[in-house]
Amino acid sequence: MGLQAYLILAATVFCIGLFGVVTRRNTIGILLGIELMLNAVNINLVAFSHFNATATGMIFTLFTICITVSEAAIGLALVILLFRVRRTVMADHLDILKG
Amino acid sequence: MMSDPGGLALIALLLPAVSFLILAIVAPFRRSGRPAAFTSIIFAAGSLAAAIGAWRGHAEGQVTRLAWEWLPSNGVSIATVGVLADGDSTLMLILVALVAFLVQLYSLEYLHDEPPAALGRYYTYHSLFAFSMMGVVLAPNLLQLFISWELVGLCSFLLIGFWYQKPEAARAAVKAFWTTKAGDVGLLIGIILLWRVTGTFDLGELRTMVTSGAVPIEGLSLITFCIYLGAVGKSAQFPLHTWLPDAMEGPTPVSALIHAATMVTAGVYLLHRTVFLFPPDVLMVVAWIGAFTALLAAVLACVQDDIKRVLAYSTVSQLGYMMAAIGAGFSAAGFFHLLTHGLFKALLFLGAGAVIHAVHSNDLSHMGGLAKKMPQTALVFAIGTLSLAGIPFFGGFLSKEEILGATLAGHQTGPFVLLIVVAFLTAFYMFRVVFLAFFAVRATHASPLHVGAGPAEAGHYDQPHRSDSHHTPHDPPAVMMLPLWVLAALSLAVGVYSTVVGRVLQFGPAAEAGAEHVAPAWLTPAAVGVAIAGIALAWLVYQRRTIDAAKLAAAFGPIRTAALHKFWIDDIYEGILAFALLAFSRIVGWLDRYLVDGVLNVVSAWTVSAGDLLRTVQTGRAQDYVYGVAVGVLILILWIRWALV
Repeated sequence: MGLQAYLILAATVFCIGLFGVVTRRNTIGILLGIELMLNAVNINLVAFSHFNATATGMIFTLFTICITVSEAAIGLALVILLFRVRRTVMADHLDILKG
Repeated sequence: MMSDPGGLALIALLLPAVSFLILAIVAPFRRSGRPAAFTSIIFAAGSLAAAIGAWRGHAEGQVTRLAWEWLPSNGVSIATVGVLADGDSTLMLILVALVAFLVQLYSLEYLHDEPPAALGRYYTYHSLFAFSMMGVVLAPNLLQLFISWELVGLCSFLLIGFWYQKPEAARAAVKAFWTTKAGDVGLLIGIILLWRVTGTFDLGELRTMVTSGAVPIEGLSLITFCIYLGAVGKSAQFPLHTWLPDAMEGPTPVSALIHAATMVTAGVYLLHRTVFLFPPDVLMVVAWIGAFTALLAAVLACVQDDIKRVLAYSTVSQLGYMMAAIGAGFSAAGFFHLLTHGLFKALLFLGAGAVIHAVHSNDLSHMGGLAKKMPQTALVFAIGTLSLAGIPFFGGFLSKEEILGATLAGHQTGPFVLLIVVAFLTAFYMFRVVFLAFFAVRATHASPLHVGAGPAEAGHYDQPHRSDSHHTPHDPPAVMMLPLWVLAALSLAVGVYSTVVGRVLQFGPAAEAGAEHVAPAWLTPAAVGVAIAGIALAWLVYQRRTIDAAKLAAAFGPIRTAALHKFWIDDIYEGILAFALLAFSRIVGWLDRYLVDGVLNVVSAWTVSAGDLLRTVQTGRAQDYVYGVAVGVLILILWIRWALV
């Protein structure tokens, strides 16, 4: 399998993630979508790293995974706080910035 | 330099300016009161000495000019500043300096109750006034004259409103300022128009142009009429005369200096200086309005009960006299009357001030029998009155008769008839004052001098600080009597000399013009006759009481009623102003409400609806924004892919 197959996979995963972020009503679902988008990027990095025979992409991916985990932890904490304050986690109810 | 009339005139002009600057800048000195007053008086005395020196140093027919270039433009100066000392201006300078000095001296006692700061302020204004008025007198060109002219207007405003705590005084000051400004606009327009066609402000150059035939020019009637308008405002001629009686709210010495002897005669002086420009049609207007003003004011003076207002209307009337002489083409006669009138009218006002000072009231009904209590004041007042009435051997005799002769010689029969009537009325109303104030004892007033209870509260007493009460009226102290005696002596001297010798002073341009006018022989007996008739009538009505004053009043019913309402002229002005202002402000209000505000409202409505439209984009939901970002990135990618590469 060539590089292109990996890139198509990554693009597909990214689009699924984006679709999730835009359409899910549940905030936790949106967070999962964001994870998917980040992992699509990881696939890209690893794929380029493999085919270019350099280790940079691999190392970068490790960092990304760490940051993704932290981000997920903060995101979930935000969701919990949000629920405490607003008694809901549905994104379409959170529109107090409506003009 | 010391015998040079130009230099001396300049010194006379600058001394009051120095005094003004000292008092204006050194505030603690000004607030010290009497030292400031003495400074101003000493400078005024110096100015008087310089003025007399300038007059004596000036040879017959000699014209001295000191001028400096001013307003340079492309290397050519538009105007000059300086002094012009000739026979007329140095004489007028003496009159101004003399009356200013005497009035300042007199005020020292008259205003002795004023707080020091107010006294200092008073003398500061007086110094500025003396400087400004001398500036008018000595101005060699119309531009400098106009500047000084406005300065005297300012001083008049400040001094009428000297007791600005009194609402009437403040109102009168504003009224005087605006009414004279109405005329001054005309003067300014006239000066500018004249400059546009002749290219000069200079009086000498203008005179040369007239003699060389470069003038008359197109539009001269309009230009000179505009200049005349300035004189109408300043010299209280008919349509704009209403401010002068109200100006009596100021202190009496101020009335004597500014509103009798000097400033109000500035209009006459202006015409006297520029009369060579005036075409006959404008002069005719000047003569008729002058004579009409004289009559109107004389009628008004007959019904006034306020001694100062009688004198004020009398001033308006006499100014009309002077104007009539100028209009008849004999401006020297008007100028001669200006000088004599300056002397005896200042005397009358200062005499009235002495009476007011003693009785604490302006009202004639609070006076009576004062001749016994204040014999000196009564005597000098009588001299002034006889001068004003035009009795031989008194100041106004010859000057008044010259004016009557001038109107005859100028073929102004209408104004002449009016002026003869005025001569009768003048004698009548002035002797009414003399008899009521000094001789007759009013039966209704057993004690006319109950100060505090009656007169002071009754109304117009013009000194707000009355510390002393319950004293018999008596002649004022020497510092007030001295100016009165000086003015009385001068009035008498001029009167006797002019009656015996004929014309006192030969005037340059006047001598040429006046040489031809020989008054008919019946003029002197006629003029003196009507004056004596007026005196006799006043004597019968107010002293002997052979004729009942009430019956006399009833005989003149409608005229008297009209005169008591000042012929409704003030009311008409107020009505017109109120009507015009209201109509104008309605229009402006409509424009503001519907045009200016309308445009703003439409613009703001558009803004609001555009905002309403745009706000729907802002849903407040995070996902919509993410969607927007994704679409935006997509568009960017496509743009880079297809457009740039």
